[in-house]
Amino acid sequence: MLPEQIITYSLFLVAVISAVMVIVSRNPINSALYLVLNFFTLGGLYLTLNAQFIAMVHILVYAGAIMVLFLFVIMLLNLGDEKQFVEKLNKKNFVGIFLSIAFFAELVYIFAFLSPSGAKALSLNSVEIGTVEYLGKILFTSYVFPFEITSFLLLASIIGAVILAKKKNLE
Amino acid sequence: MIPLDYYLILSAFLFTTGMLGVLIRRNVIVVFMSIELMLNAVNLSLVAFSSFIGNPAGQILVFFVMTVAAAEAAVGLAIIISLFRNKLTININEINILKW
Repeated sequence: MLPEQIITYSLFLVAVISAVMVIVSRNPINSALYLVLNFFTLGGLYLTLNAQFIAMVHILVYAGAIMVLFLFVIMLLNLGDEKQFVEKLNKKNFVGIFLSIAFFAELVYIFAFLSPSGAKALSLNSVEIGTVEYLGKILFTSYVFPFEITSFLLLASIIGAVILAKKKNLE
Repeated sequence: MIPLDYYLILSAFLFTTGMLGVLIRRNVIVVFMSIELMLNAVNLSLVAFSSFIGNPAGQILVFFVMTVAAAEAAVGLAIIISLFRNKLTININEINILKW
């Protein structure tokens, strides 16, 4: 087995385990830390796909910004007893588990048996299109209109977050 | 080399894990993290398709998904904080004022 394959398969394994631990662990802080691990393995997987710039941005945005926000909120709420979240397996959960397994089986059936892509190797220009230069050139020429629209999205979310989180009794 | 289908199946697994988390967890912060898992699963399949086909559009779309995820995290966590301030709980079974 090639060293590249060993690295990729171990990243697959860590991604699967950390994703399961996110939804299994009782303490939300543990969930958040497993989610950070999952983000780092996904960053590594982007590197194996030759998407260098996406990998860097992913680590910066998710592990840097979003997770700090999550940990900050968890500590801000300062939930005393974890007892109220001790969740028993009831009938609703079994329906959820059954639906998820059916959904996953359906997707695996499609990807592996019904229409396997058969693509074995990365495209020849995949190194070129992963670079900052190439992506930046396309982002600011062909995709400049959606890029400008995202500024409205960010403005709306800034205003929304401030209005939602400020104290209501100011009148 | 790793075939494209392996990446797609990993992406399907991560998406299903996020879906299961949304369905069975009662802590609203963990539900929120599961949504991030689902967004990341879709990003992984977009980047995989982009690299295997050789078309940069998938990687551009990942940027927009990241922007939406960041905006969604900021607004969602603000909603969680104001919910906690009003109802003193983040258990989604007790947050039912919109339930008919």
